[in-house]
Amino acid sequence: MAEVSEDGSGTGKKGGKKRAKKQSTKIDMTPMVDLGFLLLTFFVLTSTFSKPKSMEISFPAPPLPNEPPVEVKNGLNIILTKDHKIFYYKGQFNAADNKEGKPATQLSETTFSSEGLHKIILEMNSYAHDEIAKLETKVKNKQIADTTFKRMAMEAKGDKRSLTALIKTDDQATYKDVIDVVDELNVCMVGKYVIIDMSAPEYTLLTEKIK
Amino acid sequence: MSKGKVSKGGAPSLDMTPMVDLAFLLVTFFMLTASFRMAEPVVVDPPASHSDKTLPENTILVSVDDKGRPFFGVSNAEAKVATLLKMSDKYKVKFTEAEVKKFGGMSSFGVDIKDLPRYIDASENERLKFQPQKGVPNDSLKNPQLSDWVRFAAQETNGIYIRERDKAKDAGKDFVGEKVRYAIKADAKSKYISVKEVLKTFTDMKIYRFNLITSLEGGASKPAETGKK
Repeated sequence: MAEVSEDGSGTGKKGGKKRAKKQSTKIDMTPMVDLGFLLLTFFVLTSTFSKPKSMEISFPAPPLPNEPPVEVKNGLNIILTKDHKIFYYKGQFNAADNKEGKPATQLSETTFSSEGLHKIILEMNSYAHDEIAKLETKVKNKQIADTTFKRMAMEAKGDKRSLTALIKTDDQATYKDVIDVVDELNVCMVGKYVIIDMSAPEYTLLTEKIK
Repeated sequence: MSKGKVSKGGAPSLDMTPMVDLAFLLVTFFMLTASFRMAEPVVVDPPASHSDKTLPENTILVSVDDKGRPFFGVSNAEAKVATLLKMSDKYKVKFTEAEVKKFGGMSSFGVDIKDLPRYIDASENERLKFQPQKGVPNDSLKNPQLSDWVRFAAQETNGIYIRERDKAKDAGKDFVGEKVRYAIKADAKSKYISVKEVLKTFTDMKIYRFNLITSLEGGASKPAETGKK
């Protein structure tokens, strides 16, 4: 009843002439309601509920001069290059003719699929992943508080048994690949990762691989 | 609307009042909640991720499109205007009062500061076709405009943050403002090296924490991601 109707009793007479007894003053609200629905449709269609999502990330400060290079324990080096290719090697880089007589580093290729990079990361980060899974069940069973969980999860991620990932790119890698790797690391509960520049011997190895 | 009411009886009448009420309630709701996004000068399609953190309100945003051009934007209009004035001083480019005001309501831009007055005067449609739109110059030695924009904008937004915090403190109120965050919105197809250049602009200024804008990944595309070992 989108109309304003009044009792017409007060409007009965005009200039002495007799008029219809009940003259209701109805305002036709059709245009207003039409406009209302038009606006409704407009706002429904144009409104965006989802605010953009973002990923927080910290980059390393440049090392101070004379600072010794950090030794990485349980490290995974992920090297990104053109055509969405990923290469990786585990641990420290060993040149072909290193003094310790260690086998020279070889780059292995992998993919973004769940059988590729995801599996490698999970295997190397099983400590943090399992610890956090245990903690999660504890939270569910109300054995520990939420804040305790956060603290202990951080500790597990920072533990030396968990994975440290180094992401390196050449000039051809796309931004999407970098984000995909970082996302994969986040999903696999890796707390220690960094995007850094490739060293020269690594680059030589890579160019041989993708030649 | 309700023509159905016939006094003569017999004809059915439909009371539309609840529907109309609801419709106007919804109109009001959508009008109040809607926030209009300004047209961006280029389409930047960010890559998907599983991160579900929403982007903070108070940001200094650098977008990188698929060709690697950087675009600069500040969410706080007041800081944006103040930044423009500082840039105008440094690069000796004059802006009229109307231009400064218009700049406050604009979205991000990717032009040299010399072309900026012309860019501001252009209408929204003309801006899309604006030439030359090569991105904000980001040559750390010869023409470090992007770095200056970021530096001044950071100073201004932090200044506003501190002023408002102190004002709230003096008034004895709780302060709810956020500190400025640095957001990078890069196209999925852009080369990482062009993003790296922008990041270097920030890290040179000792800014190391970023919010990389991503779109939320649909659950179906990577089903194995959630699989536990």
